This record gives sequence, C-alpha cells and structure tokens, in this order.
Amino acid sequence: MPFNSANLLPILPEIAILITAAVVLVVDLYLKEKDKGVNHVLALIGLLVAFVLTGLVGGGERVLAFDGNVVRDLMSDLLKAGALIVSALTLVYARPWLKDRNLLAGEFYVLSLCAVLGMLVMISANTFLTLYLGLELLALSLYALVAFDRDSKLGSEAAMKYFVLGALGSGLLLYGISMIYGATGSIELGAVARAVAEQGSGNKVLVFGVAFLVIGIGFKFGAVPFHMWVPDIYEGAPTPVAMFLGSAPKIAAFAMIVRLLVEGLNALHTDWQGMLAILAVLSIGLGNVAAIAQSNIKRMFGYSTISHVGFIFLGLLAGSTQGYASAMFYTLTYALMAAGAFGILTILSREGFDAQNLEDLKGLNERDPWYAAMMALLMFSAAGVPPTVGFMGKLLVLEAVVRVDMVWLALVAVFFSIIGAFYYLRVVKFIYFDQPTTAVPIVTTGGVRAAMTVNGLAILFLGLFPAALLGLCQAAFP
Amino acid sequence: MEKVYLTIVLAPLIGAIVAGFFGGRIGRRGAHSVSILGVSVSAALSLYTLSRFIWHDEGTFNGTLYTWMVSDGIRFQVGFLVDRLTVLMMATVTFVSLMVHIYTIGYMADDEHNWPHDSKVGTNSYQRFFSYISLFTFAMLMLVMSNNFMQLFFGWEAVGLVSYLLIGFWSVRESAIFANLKAFLVNRVGDFGFILGIAAVAMYFNSMDYKEVFARAPEFAQTQVAVFGGVSLMTLICVLLFIGAMGKSAQVPLHVWLPDSMEGPTPISALIHAATMVTAGVFMVARMSPLYELSDTALSFVMIVGATTALFTGLIGLVQSDIKRVVAYSTLSQLGYMVTAMGASAYAAGIFHLMTHAFFKALLFLAAGSVILAMHHDQDIRNMGALRKYLPITWITFLVGTLALTGFPGLAGSFSKDAIIEAVEESTLYGAHYASVLLTIGVVVTALYSFRLYFLVFHGKERMNDHTRHHLHESPWVVTVPLVALAVLSAVSGWLAIEPLLIGDWFKDAIMVTPAHDTLMKIREEFHGPLQYVIHGLHSEVFYLSMGGMVGAGLIWWFVHSFNPRIDEQIQKYSGPLTWVLVNKYGCDDFNQRVFGGGSQSVGRVFWKGGDEVLIDGAIVNGSAHSVGRLAGLTSRLQTGFLYHYAIAMIVGLVGLLTIFVAL
Repeated sequence: MPFNSANLLPILPEIAILITAAVVLVVDLYLKEKDKGVNHVLALIGLLVAFVLTGLVGGGERVLAFDGNVVRDLMSDLLKAGALIVSALTLVYARPWLKDRNLLAGEFYVLSLCAVLGMLVMISANTFLTLYLGLELLALSLYALVAFDRDSKLGSEAAMKYFVLGALGSGLLLYGISMIYGATGSIELGAVARAVAEQGSGNKVLVFGVAFLVIGIGFKFGAVPFHMWVPDIYEGAPTPVAMFLGSAPKIAAFAMIVRLLVEGLNALHTDWQGMLAILAVLSIGLGNVAAIAQSNIKRMFGYSTISHVGFIFLGLLAGSTQGYASAMFYTLTYALMAAGAFGILTILSREGFDAQNLEDLKGLNERDPWYAAMMALLMFSAAGVPPTVGFMGKLLVLEAVVRVDMVWLALVAVFFSIIGAFYYLRVVKFIYFDQPTTAVPIVTTGGVRAAMTVNGLAILFLGLFPAALLGLCQAAFP
Repeated sequence: MEKVYLTIVLAPLIGAIVAGFFGGRIGRRGAHSVSILGVSVSAALSLYTLSRFIWHDEGTFNGTLYTWMVSDGIRFQVGFLVDRLTVLMMATVTFVSLMVHIYTIGYMADDEHNWPHDSKVGTNSYQRFFSYISLFTFAMLMLVMSNNFMQLFFGWEAVGLVSYLLIGFWSVRESAIFANLKAFLVNRVGDFGFILGIAAVAMYFNSMDYKEVFARAPEFAQTQVAVFGGVSLMTLICVLLFIGAMGKSAQVPLHVWLPDSMEGPTPISALIHAATMVTAGVFMVARMSPLYELSDTALSFVMIVGATTALFTGLIGLVQSDIKRVVAYSTLSQLGYMVTAMGASAYAAGIFHLMTHAFFKALLFLAAGSVILAMHHDQDIRNMGALRKYLPITWITFLVGTLALTGFPGLAGSFSKDAIIEAVEESTLYGAHYASVLLTIGVVVTALYSFRLYFLVFHGKERMNDHTRHHLHESPWVVTVPLVALAVLSAVSGWLAIEPLLIGDWFKDAIMVTPAHDTLMKIREEFHGPLQYVIHGLHSEVFYLSMGGMVGAGLIWWFVHSFNPRIDEQIQKYSGPLTWVLVNKYGCDDFNQRVFGGGSQSVGRVFWKGGDEVLIDGAIVNGSAHSVGRLAGLTSRLQTGFLYHYAIAMIVGLVGLLTIFVAL
C-alpha cells in the first residue's frame, strides 16, 4: 500500500492543531510564570491556522483519504469551522479566569488543543475506528480538564463521575459497534451502509446494535435518561472547562450522530427514529422542567443543554434533508450561544469568587449595560424569542418535524419550550429589574469585550439573516 | 447601480445607528454631523439617480438583494424596484429630509428647556431626535424602493413606528403621549385592512413580488370572492389596501390622528406628517395602479373618500387658532386632493401634486416652526400679528408657500392642483361629479384658511406681550437656509416638472392607465408649454375662486381686523352651530373616544376581571405554575449525586430501549 501524500490534504487542519499542541507542550517548559500568556497566543494562532486551512482545503467534491478512514465533505468543512471558532471564543473567555487563579498553565492549552483535535478527527471520521479514536481523544482530554483545578474537591468528584460514566457510555457504544461489525463485516461506513441496506431491519442483530449506538450517542450528547452526568459535571467543573465542554463538543457529537446513523445506518431509519423520538421527548421535558428548580446557574445551563439536545434530535429524527440541515443549524448556533452564556459567567467571576448562582447576575445592567444586553440577547435566543437565532433554529426544526407528519412531537416540544422560557426570562429579570448584590466593579479586557460583542451580535444577526448559514447547512445535505 | 441604491438606503440607517447608540459619546455635534452626512450622501445619490433617469435614459432596476426565506413557494425577499416613479419619490424624500435635518440643528438647539430638570429621558434628547429622523429616512426609502409586498409592509410599519416615537418625543407631556397612542391605534385600524389586502394577494397570486403580481393581475380581473355576498377579487384587494392608505394618509374617517400628531416637534411635522410619510398611501395606490385599474368600484371608493377629506377637513382649518394645526388641516385637505386624483386614475397628477406639496408644505411647516421659535413656543395665532417686521425671511418664504398652496398661477401648487381638478372633471366613474364639486369648493376654502393664517400671523396689529416682543428676532441661518431652498423649489418645481410628468411619458413603465380611464388626455391635448398652461389657468373658474378666497380673507382678517381685532371670534360666534360642528371636528373624536375607546375599555374590563384574573391567572397560570414548580422539585430530587444511581439510570434506559425496539 504506497503512501500518497495527497492523503494529507484533507487532514491539514488536524495536523495544524496537533503541531500547535506539541509546540505549546514544549514552549511551556521554557516559559517563566509571568509569560504564560504566550501559551494562550500560540493556541489561538493554532486555531486560526487550522481555521484558514479548513477554508483552503474545504469546498468542492467529497474526498476520501487514508483508504476510506477519513472523509472531507461540505459537512465536515462547516462543522470544523464551527468547532474551531467556538473553541477559540471559549479560550478567549477563559484567559482572565485562569489568570486570576494562577492556572494559566500550559496543560490547560495542551488538553484543550487535544480535545479540539479529537473533535476534528470525529468530524472527519469515515470508519468506526477513526470515529472512536477521535471520541476517546476528546473524552480523555475532557476528563483531565474537569479535574484541572486540583485543589477543588467538587472538580475532582465531577471528574471521577464523568470518567466512570464515560467509560460505561463508551463501552456501550463499542458494544454496539461490534454488533454492527459482526452483522456487516465492515467498519467503513460506506460498506456498512450498503450491507445494512441489503439486510434491512429484519436482522435483529442490527437493531440490537443500533440501540447500543443510540445509547452511546445519547450519553455523549447528554440526552435523558443518559444525562445524569451533565448537571453534576457542569456544576463541578471549573467554569471555563464547563464552557468548553458545553459548547464545541456538541458540534463534534453532531458529526458523530450523522456519520453513524444517517450515513451508516440510514436503512434502519425507522428504528432509530423511534429511539431518538423517545430520547428527544424525555430530554425536552425533563431538561426544561428540572432547570426551573435550579438556583445554581451552571446547573441550570446543564439542564438547559439537555433540553436543547432534545431539539437537535428532533431535527435529526425527521429523517429529511431539511431536518438534518435544520439540526445542523441548531447545533452550530447552540454552541455559539452556550459559549457566550458561560462566557458571561467567567466575566462576572474574579479572583477568589466564582459567579455561579442566579443571584450573582442581579443588577448586571447597572454594573455593565453592554454585557447585560449581550446576556439578555443570549437568554432570549436560548428561550427562542424572535428575532434571535434561537427562534430561527427552533422554527426550522419544528417545521422539519411537522413536514414529516409528526405534529405531536412538535406540540410537545413547543409546550415544554414555553415552560422553559420561564427560567431564561428569569435571568433577564435578574439582570434588568433587580438591584446588584455587590458593588465590586466588573474587570474585563478589551479582547473579551470584543469577543463577547461579536458573539452576542452574531446571535442577533444570524436570527435576522439566517439565509447564509442555513444555505451552507443545506448544501451539506444534498 | 445596485450598489448606489444600496448606499442610498443604508447611509441614513448607519447615521441613525451611530447617532442613536453612540449619541452620548459623540456629543451633539457628532450626532448631527453623522446623521446629516448620511442623509446628504443619500440625497446626493438620489439626485444623481434622478439625473441618470432624466438625461441618460437609465433603465428600470428590479432586483433582489437578499432572500430572507422561502415558505410554501412564496419568497420573502429584500429587493429594490427603481423606476421613474420610485426615483421621483426618492429625490423628494431625501431632499426634504436633508432640509429638515439642517433645520433641526436650529430648532432643537435648546431642547433641554423642553424637559423637566430632573428628567432622565431628557438626556441626549438632541442626539436621539437626529437618530429618529435618520431612521425615518431609511424606513421611508425602504418603503418606496421596495419591489415586493413584504418589504412594503416592513417600510410601512417602520415609518409608522418612527412616527409614533416622534409624536411622543416629549414623552413627559401628557398630551404628547395621548397623541402618539392615538396615532398608533388609528393606524392599527388601517394596517389591519392593509395586511388583509397583502394576505389576499399572497393567497391568490402565491407571490409577493410586484412584477409577478402585476403581470398576472389581468387573469384575476373577473374572479369573484365569496365575502360580503360576493365581490370581485380586485375590488376586495384594492379596497383593503386602500384602507391601509386611509390610515397612513389620514383620510376620512381615519384622519383623526394627524392633527393631534402636531404634538411632536415641528421638524417632524414637516418631514413626516406633511411631506413624506403621510403621502405613502398615495404613493402606494400609484404603485399598485395595475391592480386599481382593474376595479372601477375601488377607484370610485378612493375618489369619494379623497374628495370628502379634501373639503371637510379644510373647513375645520378655518376655526383653528394653533398655527401648526391650521397647517395640519391643510395637509389633510391636500392629501384628499392627491387621493382623489388617484381615484380618477390621474396618478401622474396625484404624484405631481405629492411632489409640489412636499416642497411647499414642508416650507410652511418649517416657516411655522421658525415663527414658533421666535414666539418662544407660543403657537396661538391670536397672540401674533405683524411678524413680517421681525422675521423678514420667514415672512417672504411663508408667503411663497401660502401662494403655492392656494394655487396662485405660476407657483408649484397651481400646476398640480389645476391638473387634478381638470382630471376629476373628465372622469366618468361613479362619484366623479360629487368629487369635482367638492374639490372646486375646496379651492375657496383653501384660500380662506391659508390667508387667514397668513394675515393673522404676519400682518395687522402686534398682539404678543412685551416680553416676547423684545425677544423677537429672525431665526439662525440653519433655519432660514432650508426655508429659502424650499421656497425656491415651491416656486419653480411646477414649471420644470409639468411637461415631463403630465404631458410626456415619464411614467410610461411605472404607472398603468387603461385608455378608458385616461383622464389626463384632455390636458395633454391642450398643452402648449408651461407658460400657455399658466395663462390658460388665469381664465379658469378655479383661479377666480381662489382669488375670491384670497381677497375675502384679506378683507376680513387684514382690513376689518385692523380696526376690529375681535372679528375672528365674532364670525365664529355668529355662525353658531356651524362653528360648533367644525370646532368639534364633526364629532369624530368624541365618537371614537366614547364608542371605540369606551367600548374597548368596558370589554377589556370584562375580560380582565372575569377572564384574566379568575380564569387565566387564577386557574391556568398560577395553577400550572404551582404544578410545574412541584414537578421541578421532584425531578431535581432524581439527581441524587450518587454515581451508582446514575449508572442504574443508564442501564434502565438501555433495557427500556432494547425491550421496545428489539424484543417487541
């Protein structure tokens, strides 16, 4: 098997991230404590280079490389770009938080970059093997990141829980993969798809395997009833890690679900449609209801994630190209929204204080009107209020579901969204109508303010002019 | 040209955003510079476009810039249709807007005196005002340049919103809040019809695009719709759309909001409530001429409503004593003239009048504003008199505006108004005779109230108090320059524009008139140059009537008034019931307030007490909130924090899925 250097082209972004991670690892050794900011700059440059490379090698026909192990298509281009942008945003938000706590160490950046690499590999995967490789790289980096603040008991506990449950989830996923492999004799998704199309859902082994796959996916997404880790990890992890973990990996998970279920097992659509429907309804219901009872805002975001995952599943289970495109739109914009919302929490935190209770947001408008406006935009978007992008995303997903005659699902989703609107709007109420509980001024840097401005206004802009992004999403599913 | 058009629209928007959001930071100078710059760019490019159309025979532009969404085959787009009708509107709107922007620097210079000292909303009111008027320019341009119904509706509502904001600009005044709410509600009534009309278009044509709709309109000429016992589709669409126009262009019976809108600062009375926004309805009808031409019923309806407005609102102007209100009623009356022209299919004449009216009415308002400034915000004409000595520029320009308004031969108004009256005489539609009589009487009324105002303000005895008299002085140059510019246009625009607009084929692509409705034919045949037209006008009854009105007004309010200053009150007193009817505006306001206002309040009270408090709040909202709260507490208790519970939950989920999908 001669090696063809053209194979390297599609994975240039991955290579860039890998090199950056290695460089940061080495450079960090020689940095004095006060120069640790260099890591940050290097990491951002790496992400930027990867982003540019994604654009350069992207576009055009679908390309397979490394004997079908890796794929580059329009979907991977868009998802990679999205994951890189959101990761870069989270790194920018994270920097002041880390600096205040003397945690601005190389490890954070190396682990984050490895996690990004894992995401990119997942997005480019065209076999079960590559996919699992990326998934584990991502997951292992995240376990370590959650425990990153070694002195925090909560963080260690969360990391432990995450690790054990993650192992269980991975095990279930692997078991499902082995079932599919057993039935089809291949780990390459194209070959699997052909074999499955021949056998159909008559083969119970396949259905058995799909159930395990869906559970593995459900765990990675945090869908009910495989969601138990989400609130605990969101609460326990350091805020920047929770931000990182709650945003970009959703994009990678979306790639995983599309590669596995849509590209690999499309012939079993009726089976996984039912499973996803159950998970979606449970997620939207429980996520929205439980979030109301939370007083810790990180936990609240955890439950909010669960409900949004339900919406992503809704778009996917519609099974139409319109549904896939709208789910993709929803995922990308959700990641942006989550990064922004957590970003506000890192901004509100300062040395020796972590903003994590709803009370901490009180009177934000009087302390910093611009951040207050951005947070309000993000919350309106999460609740699905026009003209923000959250409304557009929900509308598109619901339209896709209604188009395939599953009106009852749409009704359930809308019903629980109305309940969910309460806890988002409560945040807005705290921001604008309550008095601040503290007089400590908000210290922030120009970079963070610029990033948050872009982030918040993007939420508004994409809601007003969704056509460009939506067009890209639709092009990814011809 | 696409980029030019986009710049024309966006320049004022950028100005508005900068002045609005960063007004506090860039200060007053910065705010007015940036918004004036935006509007200047827009005005310069509009005039450039107009020149391209005049001298270079620029073609019609019809293009889509952005597709917002596609739903059920209907495309929602942002696009421009720039043809000869549009470009005329663009030039008028941006030019008047620019004049008003400049004027505003002087008029709002000490706006802080209009706010209470401790008022928080008063800070940066100057910058906010500039932001609003620039925003208005943007919205109005979106409206006139639209190539589809959705964008038309966007512009329509956006100008309405800015109008609402500006009427209530001095939000600490009770009367301003009342007026802007009233304007908003009355426009809601009109917009309800408007959106139903758009919905009817969308339903039958399955398209929002003007071009497609107009092209397919003849197919539906005979279509009947089963509402109100069966009417023709075209009549239904046109009448519904026109109801929208009645709200925006303040036609009877939806005219009640316009006089109250004078609570806003004078520059916006000139820009929005005289020159541009209120003419949106007239423009819309002209734009939709391919639809209106298909329904004689709708045209008759338009004509009758317009003529009624033209005469009866003009009459009210005779008994008003607030300088701005007199001009406001004159606006209503002139809008009636334009609308009547639309009904008579004399679209070109109506648009012509729209343009000349924009110039002389903006002039009258701005000159009135100059008077108000000099009088320290006293607007009562009974306290004025002999101001010509103190405000020479304002006086001359106001006189030009008044003469143009009354149709003095040679000034802008005479060309367009004569054309309308002649066209209506030619019309054979039902109600044309009625309209013709009303418009002709309207000429006398116009002359009477206009010169009453003019003589009471600028001639006769000085009636102001000593303090005011000592401070009387001409306004600064930022106020007088726009006055002079507009006065020049009020004088010459008729001479320049009549030949291309009415006689030539300027509107050949933009406006459609069926031969049977071509009421401007006669003017076209008898036309031998503008000078001949003016001389011909000297022999018409219209000229004698307006001269009669002018002389009559001079006799009463100048000659008699000079030795009997109470003549105005005495006339009103001796006309007894007539005055009573006019002062009460035919009871429209009272009727609305008692029947609609009171009625809605009682209905609202029933729903509030019975429906909302008991049923919704008591049973549904609080009830469900309690149950959701309990449920939320329950679900969060599921989260025990024990790892093995979590693992078990996953296993239970696994077993559940396997049971359902594999075993069953």
